[in-house]
Amino acid sequence: MKEILTMRHIDKNFPGVRALSNVDFTLREGEIHALMGENGAGKSTLIKVLTGVEEFESGDIRVDGIEGPVINRSPEEAQKNGISTVYQEVNLCPNLTVAENLYIGRQPRTAFGTIDWKTINENAKKVLTDLDIDVDVTKNVEDCSVAIQQMIAIARAVDISAKILILDEPTSSLDDNEVEKLFTLMRKLQSKGMGIIFVTHFLEQVYEVCDKITVLRNGELVGEFTVEELPRVQLVAKMMGKDFDDLAEIKSAATETDNSHKEVLISAKQLGSRGAVHPFDVDIYKGDVIGLSGLLGSGRSELARTIYGIQNPDEGELFVKGKKVHIKQPIQAMKLGMGLLPEDRKDEGIIADLSVRENIIIALQAKRGVFRLISRKQQEEFADKYIDILQIKTAHRDTPIKQLSGGNQQKAILGRWLLTDPDFLVLDEPTRGIDVGTKTEIQKLVVKLADEGKTVVFISSEIEEMIRTCRRMIIMRDTYKVGELPEMEISKDNIMKAIAGGAEHE
Amino acid sequence: MKNLITKMSTQAFVIMVTIILFIIMYAAGCVVYADKNFTNIQVFFNLFISNAGLIIISASMTMVMISGGIDISVGSQVALVCMMMCDLVMNKHVPTAAAIAICIVYGIVYGIYAGVMVAYLNIQPFIVGLSGMFFARGMTAVINTGMLSIADKTFDVLAKTKIMIPIDFLAKVNKRGMKIYPNLYPSVIIAFLVLVIMFVMLKYTKFGRAIYAIGGNEQSALLMGLNVKKTKFLVYLLDGAIVALGSVVYCMNTCGGFVAQAQGLEMDAIAAAVIGGTSLMGGVGNVFGTLLGVMTKATIEALVSFQGSLSSWWAKIIIATLLAFFIILQSIITRIKAKARD
Amino acid sequence: MNKETSTLKRMVGHQLFMPIISLIIVMLITVVYKSLFGKDGVHLDLTFFQIQITNGHLYGYLIDILNHAGGLVILAIGMTLTVASSAGTDISVGAVSALCAAVCVRVLGRENVVADYSTGVYILAFIAAMLVGALCGVFNGYLVAYLDIQPMVATLILFTAGRGMAQLLVNGYIIYVRKESYKWLGSFFPHIPLPSALIVAMVVAVVMYLVLNKTALGLYIQAVGINKKASHVVGLNSKMIILLTYVFCGWCASINGLIKSSEIASVDANNIGLMMELDAILSVAIGGNSLGGGKFNLFGSIIGAVTIQALSTVLLSMSVESTQVPVFKALLVAAIVVFQSPEIQRWRRNRKARAAAAGKKVA
Repeated sequence: MKEILTMRHIDKNFPGVRALSNVDFTLREGEIHALMGENGAGKSTLIKVLTGVEEFESGDIRVDGIEGPVINRSPEEAQKNGISTVYQEVNLCPNLTVAENLYIGRQPRTAFGTIDWKTINENAKKVLTDLDIDVDVTKNVEDCSVAIQQMIAIARAVDISAKILILDEPTSSLDDNEVEKLFTLMRKLQSKGMGIIFVTHFLEQVYEVCDKITVLRNGELVGEFTVEELPRVQLVAKMMGKDFDDLAEIKSAATETDNSHKEVLISAKQLGSRGAVHPFDVDIYKGDVIGLSGLLGSGRSELARTIYGIQNPDEGELFVKGKKVHIKQPIQAMKLGMGLLPEDRKDEGIIADLSVRENIIIALQAKRGVFRLISRKQQEEFADKYIDILQIKTAHRDTPIKQLSGGNQQKAILGRWLLTDPDFLVLDEPTRGIDVGTKTEIQKLVVKLADEGKTVVFISSEIEEMIRTCRRMIIMRDTYKVGELPEMEISKDNIMKAIAGGAEHE
Repeated sequence: MKNLITKMSTQAFVIMVTIILFIIMYAAGCVVYADKNFTNIQVFFNLFISNAGLIIISASMTMVMISGGIDISVGSQVALVCMMMCDLVMNKHVPTAAAIAICIVYGIVYGIYAGVMVAYLNIQPFIVGLSGMFFARGMTAVINTGMLSIADKTFDVLAKTKIMIPIDFLAKVNKRGMKIYPNLYPSVIIAFLVLVIMFVMLKYTKFGRAIYAIGGNEQSALLMGLNVKKTKFLVYLLDGAIVALGSVVYCMNTCGGFVAQAQGLEMDAIAAAVIGGTSLMGGVGNVFGTLLGVMTKATIEALVSFQGSLSSWWAKIIIATLLAFFIILQSIITRIKAKARD
Repeated sequence: MNKETSTLKRMVGHQLFMPIISLIIVMLITVVYKSLFGKDGVHLDLTFFQIQITNGHLYGYLIDILNHAGGLVILAIGMTLTVASSAGTDISVGAVSALCAAVCVRVLGRENVVADYSTGVYILAFIAAMLVGALCGVFNGYLVAYLDIQPMVATLILFTAGRGMAQLLVNGYIIYVRKESYKWLGSFFPHIPLPSALIVAMVVAVVMYLVLNKTALGLYIQAVGINKKASHVVGLNSKMIILLTYVFCGWCASINGLIKSSEIASVDANNIGLMMELDAILSVAIGGNSLGGGKFNLFGSIIGAVTIQALSTVLLSMSVESTQVPVFKALLVAAIVVFQSPEIQRWRRNRKARAAAAGKKVA
């Protein structure tokens, strides 16, 4: 098959860090090629270098049909050279209509030279209908759901007749149906000869839709493989650089511990928050590890957040250690021994410019109150303690946390909550966007916490993680709690059945 | 009401409120001050005449605000340009046309400065405007610390030629039975020309749409291949030129210059834009809405002055209250829409 | 460990580098100008730095600067915190200063020339002025913190209305105060050599330093300024913290208004605090603080305020008209802001990195 993109000997340095070192990458016509690696492997950097968001020091990029080496100095230039990108964060303009977003920068004009709105709207409708996307093209994008916004972004990239389409973690905010639609679209484009670079963390998706896999590690190329010749376990091993059987250990640990957790820590009776989650009942025992399963938007995060109080409940009752409580502010929840690791660590987790130390002690400080400042010496002790326990990779405890990789940031946030010695900890997608090695560490930690008598609620979009660690599974559908599975019945099939709710699919 | 809000775009709803407000106020004036001749159509036209300069400047401010920025130097620029006009024409004996050209060139030069600072050096527009404000206000004093006025044949033709509006039903019949048509000045024609051109530019050119895109989400605009830096640069360059033009038109109304002139005009322009539906967050705005905002401000001032005994500061307070109202309104609507979408 | 402390040292040094350099430059310009263009030909003229003691009080250009800087320093301290907590430039402080001065003088008397009043009324007037300042802060803070309105937008309202309300209080007149003791706040307290405004500013600075660093408030303000949502999740009352910074800023504006009014022994609603909001913002920027909020440096802002004041004084001493001074402020703003701009910073960092890499290779 014809090569439509070759990148050879790419070097890229940031101050003090070797981001890419002699990396090669090849994309062929009609190929869906996965680009994989842990955090810090260089995937994002390689893409940024290709699309002109970053410069690179040395190396050669060639695109089929273009004479000579290609150096993109901006996304605009990359687009002109046939390379379009769709990012994880939807990059549309919310204040413009769907149709305008599709055609911004390339609007068709009338005979007078002015923008031809009629054609824009008509063409937009055609393009979207071709892709089975049903939306009013004159609606402002900000009035559309996030999933639809993602599809519009992809439609735009596709419509610009790119030779090369880069999808950077496109499925993070999509539910299974939408992911399938995306794959159908990708296969359609593939058959037309388009080359697709698929950057993702989801192993299952890679095996479902990709032809080739390129693995990076620590800025270097590990290798390019076809999907057939690389079983999952080997892929993970190559990404981590070691043999991978730690997962087996976790499971046995889980089944070995006995269920001496009869004491009820938290009890919710018909607790609900309008618009977020319908009234639910749940009894949470001390030492429990509870998973929350459900489709995107089913209300898993909302349920956990309603218990924590950050999602204000407007009906029902909550009991902590037998006493009725009314939680209106997170600080009240914290004083009752709760903690919440939010889903979006960039948005609600890290305080970017503050140091690792300050990020770690901040929750404990809030608990103590504004007048009882934790002394500098003690802050340093606390920070060092968790940097050590959690193996947080940072130059120094006073390094701004924004300079750490995603996984290490997540560890720091975890350390923040562990420092408050909570009885009850909610971990909302703690492993999202994290490399496989850290994922395992976090899962092990969850089990360890339970063994120490702490209670954990674990939400993850990767069912396997929850199956591995949880002793109870709560099933959510459309913001209703629809069921609970005890430990022995936890399996992928049972969970899927419970989510689907009686109707037998495939 | 909530359904109506979710169905209409935010901007449409806000403009609707502004229109209703304007009609109510003007109608109230006609009723209450009928005896003082408020109903004379000339009163309506005078609003345009006294505010022609502000209309042009507010339109430019709208464009800058849509791009997500702001220009707080405009008041000081007006003072500087007026002083320049007076000094050039009266003291340096430069012909009017050349003086106007020089002022526009100054506006372009300032626009280039602001454009480079905001677009290429990534400096906050507020701060850039601050420097411009200081500079222009100070330079006004450097030219002349006193008061100047301008009285020149060519300039007077531009400034003071009355243009009759020969529409019969608008005319009043005076005591001698003669029809008196309402009149306008060239400044108003210029203002409307500017408005129309800007409207077409914002709605029907790639450049105009790029401004909206950048104001809506600059990161997205960049990733979609728009040349954000160039667009922002051009916005400020244009702003410099248009504000200079608006200042010349302003001078046609005041025919003079002094150091403290137009102090606070930038806030009038911003208030007009906001009342007219422009969002201070960027991405939303419409020059005709802004026109409505200027008319609202002018009507309030007219109402206060027709009242006779109220201090003119009341007008400022009322406008500030309206501004507060519209700011809070925009914030509430955004919330209702966000809840509806989720 | 050594590497870390020296990096830390460099960081701290770097934070105050900007304001201190600015101040030094202003001083240097004065010396150069006076030495070259002075009356007695070219010679090193350091008269600018002379301090004399007359009648038990200190006099001299430097004292002048410090005296008149008092109000601006206090405004800068208030502004630093609103910027830090909410990226909020409170542009209403000038108008609020005028309003509070008007309130004060109205409590003192109803006439256009206030001749006499008791100490009790004086204290009452002060408290009233401070209360009004704090109330304006509550208004601004509520809009910003609870209604999520952009700070520049929210404070725009009082900016437009504040002076109008002040004018209404004084009926458009300039109110004069004839009692001698009214002037003390703006010049000297009897038997105290240091200018009173300076003393007040120092007290405010010291108290705020203690409050911000001996309690967790400084950390809270920074956290909220950097990430409001995350701060909420960890139990901080982000809204209340932001509101408090605006209330404090409003209070600072009231003190400024009282000082400025005392300086001229009158209340001119049009001119008190005119353009001072801009000077305050400039002080915060020169002080090395990011106008985008987050981490802040109080001392930097204080030096920044003194620098601005020095600039004005220096220029006036060079026979520049007070209305022409803004031109120089413009040049200063532009220079500093360009230097601080992310583009230039990036260029400087790249140069340093390349130099370091080259150095490493050689070594």
